[in-house]
Amino acid sequence: MQSLLSANDLHVSYGAVEAVRGVSFDIRQGEIVAFLGANGAGKSSIMNAITGLVPTASGQVMFEGRDITGAAPETLAPSGLTLSPEGRRVFGTLSVADNLRMGAFALNDKDAVEAAYARVYELFPILLERKDQYAGTLSGGQQQMLAVGRALMSNPRVLLLDEPSLGLAPLIVDQIFDLILKLRDQDVTLLVVEQNVAKTLQVADRAYVLVNGEVVEQGKPAELSASGTMQDAYLGAN
Amino acid sequence: MDIFLQQTVNALALGGTYALLALGLAVVFSIMGLINFAHGELMTIAGYVLMYCGIAGLSFVIAVPLALLASVVAAVLMERIAFRPVRNGSGATMLVTSFAVAMILQVLFQNLISTRSQPVLLPAMLSDSVHIMGMVIGVNKLAAIIATVVMLVFLDWFMKHQKTGIAMRAAAEDFAVARLMGIRANTVIAGAFALSGLLAGVAAVLWVSQRASVDPLMGFMPVLKAFIAAILGGLGSLRGAVAGGFLLGFIEIYLSAFLPPEMQEFREPIGLGIVVLVLLFRPNGLIPSATLKAEKV
Ligand SMILES: Nc1ncnc2c1ncn2[C@@H]1O[C@H](COP(=O)(O)OP(=O)(O)OP(=O)(O)O)[C@@H](O)[C@H]1O
Ligand SMILES: [Mg+2]
Repeated sequence: MQSLLSANDLHVSYGAVEAVRGVSFDIRQGEIVAFLGANGAGKSSIMNAITGLVPTASGQVMFEGRDITGAAPETLAPSGLTLSPEGRRVFGTLSVADNLRMGAFALNDKDAVEAAYARVYELFPILLERKDQYAGTLSGGQQQMLAVGRALMSNPRVLLLDEPSLGLAPLIVDQIFDLILKLRDQDVTLLVVEQNVAKTLQVADRAYVLVNGEVVEQGKPAELSASGTMQDAYLGAN
Repeated sequence: MDIFLQQTVNALALGGTYALLALGLAVVFSIMGLINFAHGELMTIAGYVLMYCGIAGLSFVIAVPLALLASVVAAVLMERIAFRPVRNGSGATMLVTSFAVAMILQVLFQNLISTRSQPVLLPAMLSDSVHIMGMVIGVNKLAAIIATVVMLVFLDWFMKHQKTGIAMRAAAEDFAVARLMGIRANTVIAGAFALSGLLAGVAAVLWVSQRASVDPLMGFMPVLKAFIAAILGGLGSLRGAVAGGFLLGFIEIYLSAFLPPEMQEFREPIGLGIVVLVLLFRPNGLIPSATLKAEKV
């Protein structure tokens, strides 16, 4: 299978802090790939660098054979790659429907927008129920669904999810992981950052383990869990 | 009672103009975190266009759209030439830039047009008055109130129902995430400036209609007032800007109408004192912005 999204020797720095130090990865069409690691390991920095939210210090990011290193964030959604950022960051002063409408900003075709609404409302019926409500008045779980739904509105081929289950009740967490599998069935390739390691390894095809901005291990979940590196990655760095 | 109603109409007319100007400042501030002190010069530009149209014998019906067009184009050019290069600079950098733009434009007006106040030819109808409910109301006052209402309704519709307007609200709340959705930073910022130019243009037409003259510093005072109004309402909040504009208009008009003559010379400090008092109780303004942070691009 062909590589869809890849990075080569990616570095991200915030002033003197080197958050990501030479990370390389390769994600193929139809995969669910997880990035695991302790707080501050650099997971969000990688996601944000891919999507242009933070500058790339050096290295290269390729998407569908194109170099997107340092591309402006607004150019990515139209080309089929988007991020549901850490902390939800829904537009609290916009209605649920308007949040979704903004998610579809990149789509110019009216029918495509309608189809995107239909798909998101089918995945998350609660959003349809609440469509005229301000997003800021939703519960945490509903806001997370809105954040994911909003990202889906652009019909991404690659969806980056940064901690989609953070702070959610166990029942909702299960829904989020079901959704990840459902999306894969809809031909969305997923890159997932999660703190919930056990559940993530149940759905992921492959995982990269990060410690202090570096990939210390990668492979299929079965291979990872067997080795001790996973525990080290979380316990050691904490 | 009659006097009171009469003054209320005056307050609505003046407050409406302040509200439009404060809205123009707020639209740009909410998106870029920039207080554009050159907003007043957009007014002045529109004023001069009215003046030249009068000299050229164009009818007011044509002069007004031309004046609005001029201030919109000027606002967009201002962003493109002066503010885009410093967009990622600090708030102070942008503020100083806006002062520089204001001064450059003032000097240009003084050297290319005149340092003195120039008369503006207005339709005679504007200085007529109508009788409503026993009050004598100047047509210019009435027009100001109607124009303000039309602009506020238009802006409300635009920000709530137009894709670009919603995108501007999204960008004001979280610029980075708005960009993730494919909303172009340049588009929303240029849109915000265009809107602020339109608001300044309408305010200029209303301002000139009350005075029939224009001078190089015409925009300074009203925009200073609008700035106070925007802070009074809650900086960056659009509703707040409208509320603050009207409140300031009411304070000024009522003070000048009802303050005893021996105290009139203290009118301005008393007015500002009331503003400070309001801010003491509501430090973030009457209707604070939901997103005070005004995140940078
Ligand atoms: N905007 C920033 N400015 C300065 N340092 C930052 C910034 N963002 C992240 N960092 C630092 O970079 C390192 C990596 O942070 P990052 O957010 O990428 O980690 P993470 O793996 O996503 O952590 P978490 O699990 O807490 O979300 C940390 O040391 C963090 O303190
Ligand atoms: Mg993170």
